[in-house]
Amino acid sequence: MIVTLAFLVVVAIIVVWWLLPQNLTAKPWLAHGPIEDPRPERDFATAKIGLWVFLAVVSSVFALFVSAYSIRMELADWNPLPDPKLLWINTGVLLLSSAAFQRARNATQREQLHGVRTSLIAAGILTFAFLAGQLLVWRQLNASGYFIYANPANAFFYLITALHGLHLLGGLWVWSRTTYKVFSGAEASKIALSVELCTIYWHYLLLVWLALFGLLLST
Amino acid sequence: MEHIAIADQVHELHHPKSWFTTYIWSQDHKVIAVQYTITAVSVGLVALGMSLLMRLQLGFPDTFSFIAPYEYYQYVTMHGMIMVIYLLTALFLGGFGNYLIPLMLGARDMVFPYLNMLSFWVYLLAVIVLMASFFIPGGPTGAGWTLYPPQAILAGTPGADGGIFLMLVSLAIFIIAFTMGGLNYVVTVLQARTRGMTLMRMPLTIWAIFTATVLGLLAFPALFVSAVMMSLDMKLGTSFFMPAILSMGETLDHDGGSPILFQHLFWFFGHPEVYIVALPAFGLVSDVLSCHARKSIFGYRMMVWAILAIGGISFVVWAHHMYVSGMNPYFGFFFATTTLIIAIPTAIKVYNWVLTLWRGNIHLTVPMLFAIAFIFTFIHGGLTGLFLGNVIVDVPLSDTYFVVAHFHMVMGVSPVLVVFAALYHWFPKITGKMFNKTLGMIHFWLTFLGTYAIYLPMHYLGFLGVPRRYYALGSTDFIPESAQTLNAGITVAALIVGTAQLVFIVNMIWSMSKGKKAGSNPWGATTLEWQTPDTPPKHGNWGPTLPVVHRWAYDYSVPGAKRDFIPQNEPEEDASASGNRD
Amino acid sequence: MVLAVVLALLVIGSVIFHFWSPWWFTPIASNWGSIDDTVEITFWITGIVFVAINLFLAYAVFRYRKKKGSKAHYEPENTKLEIWLTVITTVGVVILLAPGLIVWAKFVNVPEGTAEVEVIGQQWHWSYRFPGVDGEFGTIDPKLYSFDNPFGMNPDDPNGQDDILVSSQEVHLPVDEPVKILLRSKDVLHNFTVAQFRVKMDMVPGLVTYMWFTPTRTGTFDVLCEELCGVAHYAMRGRVVVDEADAFQTWLSGHPTYAETLIKIPADVHAGQALYAVCSACHGPDGGGNAALNAPKLAGQHAWYLERQLNNYKAGARGTHEDDVFGRQMAPMAATLVDDAAIANVIAYIDTLPDDAAPATVTGDAKRGKKLYRTCAACHAPDARGIWSQKAPRLAGMSDWYMSNQIKNFKQGIRGTHLKDTYGGQMALMARMLRNEQDINDVIAYINTL
Repeated sequence: MIVTLAFLVVVAIIVVWWLLPQNLTAKPWLAHGPIEDPRPERDFATAKIGLWVFLAVVSSVFALFVSAYSIRMELADWNPLPDPKLLWINTGVLLLSSAAFQRARNATQREQLHGVRTSLIAAGILTFAFLAGQLLVWRQLNASGYFIYANPANAFFYLITALHGLHLLGGLWVWSRTTYKVFSGAEASKIALSVELCTIYWHYLLLVWLALFGLLLST
Repeated sequence: MEHIAIADQVHELHHPKSWFTTYIWSQDHKVIAVQYTITAVSVGLVALGMSLLMRLQLGFPDTFSFIAPYEYYQYVTMHGMIMVIYLLTALFLGGFGNYLIPLMLGARDMVFPYLNMLSFWVYLLAVIVLMASFFIPGGPTGAGWTLYPPQAILAGTPGADGGIFLMLVSLAIFIIAFTMGGLNYVVTVLQARTRGMTLMRMPLTIWAIFTATVLGLLAFPALFVSAVMMSLDMKLGTSFFMPAILSMGETLDHDGGSPILFQHLFWFFGHPEVYIVALPAFGLVSDVLSCHARKSIFGYRMMVWAILAIGGISFVVWAHHMYVSGMNPYFGFFFATTTLIIAIPTAIKVYNWVLTLWRGNIHLTVPMLFAIAFIFTFIHGGLTGLFLGNVIVDVPLSDTYFVVAHFHMVMGVSPVLVVFAALYHWFPKITGKMFNKTLGMIHFWLTFLGTYAIYLPMHYLGFLGVPRRYYALGSTDFIPESAQTLNAGITVAALIVGTAQLVFIVNMIWSMSKGKKAGSNPWGATTLEWQTPDTPPKHGNWGPTLPVVHRWAYDYSVPGAKRDFIPQNEPEEDASASGNRD
Repeated sequence: MVLAVVLALLVIGSVIFHFWSPWWFTPIASNWGSIDDTVEITFWITGIVFVAINLFLAYAVFRYRKKKGSKAHYEPENTKLEIWLTVITTVGVVILLAPGLIVWAKFVNVPEGTAEVEVIGQQWHWSYRFPGVDGEFGTIDPKLYSFDNPFGMNPDDPNGQDDILVSSQEVHLPVDEPVKILLRSKDVLHNFTVAQFRVKMDMVPGLVTYMWFTPTRTGTFDVLCEELCGVAHYAMRGRVVVDEADAFQTWLSGHPTYAETLIKIPADVHAGQALYAVCSACHGPDGGGNAALNAPKLAGQHAWYLERQLNNYKAGARGTHEDDVFGRQMAPMAATLVDDAAIANVIAYIDTLPDDAAPATVTGDAKRGKKLYRTCAACHAPDARGIWSQKAPRLAGMSDWYMSNQIKNFKQGIRGTHLKDTYGGQMALMARMLRNEQDINDVIAYINTL
């Protein structure tokens, strides 16, 4: 559970960082009047905060899987998988899709709708390519006899990649809505937030993937 | 500097167009709260019924043909799971959280109303999936609410063929619903507080529900992860939790899995879960006590810090449920220490509740009776926790009725007394009507004295060594016959308490239509939800302008004020000027 | 007002209840008096706090209840008081925790040179293993669990050859000798608990857990399973007998080593046929049973079950209860089988008899019986074929009138109450779920459909 506890420590640090300037030692019965929050609200969009909180929840899920992985790994019957070469290519593809989102985001800030469109489409295609690549890895492993029930290492591999893939699929649904908005002629300022949220989400899932891939490679 | 009214810039309110979108497919947090409450209470009544069936078997064994061991263990399991997750968690957060967060913070609604609505419907789906397990062959799972593998998915356990799978699926759905709701509660507290509502001016209810939600968002994933992994063990033959074992005379194909790993994951969720239920109860009861004692809550700052401390420590105590699980026994030192440390902030909360009453002006209204009774039962349940948290003291008592008595006192009776305190307290705001006081009193006395009569003696069954989760005790060389008499007495008390809840339901339903008009602030409370322009509050809560907060939530009996309470949104001039004239 | 009085009365009542109630720990029979001490410390500290805070609460409610013209005091906090309360609470917690951890350290660290005994739990009974003269246990492989190797012994491990296997629910331990109990499970979680010893620990499949204690007085103590292990959890009972050293050695030497259990003398069917002549008078030449003579069908019943029951009869564990009329007739018949070989031979012969389903004589509501049978299926199998590992005999196609009689015997304490008939004792606990004649008939009617 070390990984999960480490994750919780990070969360705790963020909470403390947020709470500290809020004057938790003030005696609230003394001050009257419509005083402002001690820290002026920054222009964090509510949806963005919502996304960050959601990412904390998702991180908890992944941290717990990694914890379970590392506990189960210690037991005698663990038999690590080979690392399929294709995973490297998939990782590259996911990296590119994340970069494409970043381009889309930059384009919204410069209000270049054309750039937004091409980048979004590219990001979507690359993500689908990544998912297809992951499926291909599954098929390769299955073909060479690494079935899910054969060994816990296999089971964890399928489970974790499936979970990561499902999160990307969820992201693609939001991506499709954003892309639809962009193509139906919304202004750059109207879609800026959607594109930014997608970008954050993709960067996050890229980071998660890199961490998981690192874990798979190192064990 | 111009203040940006954060609560108003959040979004455009969704405007319902028909009866259907007003009351059913509604995005109004108040409607969603009521939907959550009604669903949770209904499913809770099912679980109450099952507990009475168990009590019938324990009190009068060899009597009822319809309670065989198979059914008995199904009741044990479903009662526990429904009460903890589908009733208490849903009611405190989905019910009270939904109703009170926007109102107490001076917001028009939750920040993501559509997601909030989905949260309820997904929760309802989870309930339906769970209830469906009663109607499949083999019925619901009888694995015990902790669902420990390997037992949970083996043939010797009721519902091993279908019930357990529906349970796991239902839990996963519930967690999705909870996440949708939880995102709302957290972000609403972060973003939608009205002008002047600094963190330290928030009522303790909000602090507690906020902290509990954060705990839930971080802890429920552990249940999700374990449910997914157990489903795979069951359906795809993986061996996450399943070692090589014998079942029904044959060895299974599983190999090498770790049942203890499941327990770690389960209790990593399960212990914060205790506080996901307890913290909202702490918060609600603080506000009820302060209001009806006409006195500011004692030690507000300490109360806030205690909530945060409890929330933080609750993540590092989980293995105190596993002292005799066979895990590395050296963990016992660490977890016993953290567990007893968490007793300190909890004790501080108790002291502060009692000190809130001290030198107060105690109005013994129905909600107040429930709130004071809560202090009594919570002290009892908290102190018995010191037995079980202290690793070696736990050893002779674990898996006996002492444990059952302890957690029912602390997690069953105490939060439920707060639920009643809160329902009676906010009923006038929710419905605009006053409940029937006499029925409320009857309900209170039967419930309070009845539950104490159930659970105090039950601890002594535990001292005797009567094991929990036994369908029948039979004869042993160390348990006297008189234990059976005690069991029969407990059953009678349980039947009375169970029946008494009908009084409550009748009161609620009757008062909703026939009750006296309550007025907007019948208790003279300070917090914002009592200052709405309409009672019950309309969609959007506040009319054209949002309230502005001028003071903290507990200005009761302020010297020199014209009344014995000053609402949070009352400017200084109004509060004292007339008071000075007096 | 009323509330204040009631709160005070509840406090006083709780204290009276505690001191007057006869319900407390059973007298201890191990070295763990220190655990009882920690319980006492915890009881007194928490008890005092309980009384003090609640009486204060009651007084506050009484003293500061609403009165005409009364007004609450305005005091948002009192830092000094809060700090004092925190400090006192912390001190209290330390006083509780410190002795607890010291005793736990004693529990965790087993004294050097402590003898080891293995306890094995499975659905739903106990068995035991002693390390033999070499003092070392042989390894166990869960993949080897089978009827012929119920302990899953690794046949190639030299350490295991002299291990003493106790296939009984009862184990003996020598008094005043510390013992380290190694705990193992074959299937699900169990928990080995003897209330008089105070300590307990879960048994986890795939792991060996442990605990230790020193029995301090001789006697017989019940073993209960205290971790939910399935539908018959509450019937999983064993027994620890604490003996003087000599008696313990005698008991131990009466059990076979693993190597000895491997020696199997093939049964002699012809000799069995001769012995069966006695049996056939009642049970019929083809073992089909005879209701008129109250002799059940034998053909098709599992050999291990017949063997166990014959041994029960011979040992007086069955057929001795004064109300067990037909059992008392069977007992002298069983005595004609002089030794284990005779029993093996006659059973081998019964095994050759044709297995025709016994005629149905009991009528009932099979649909209702099907629901009741869900509990029974956990041991007797969904198709009622019986399961060796559950020690549960076959029911399908056997004499239904006999099952009806035996369920009644179990319920009335005629069968399954003898100390030596521990599996029968479990069935007696299970049979209680059939409350009346109707339940019994219904469940048997369902078994007749299988």
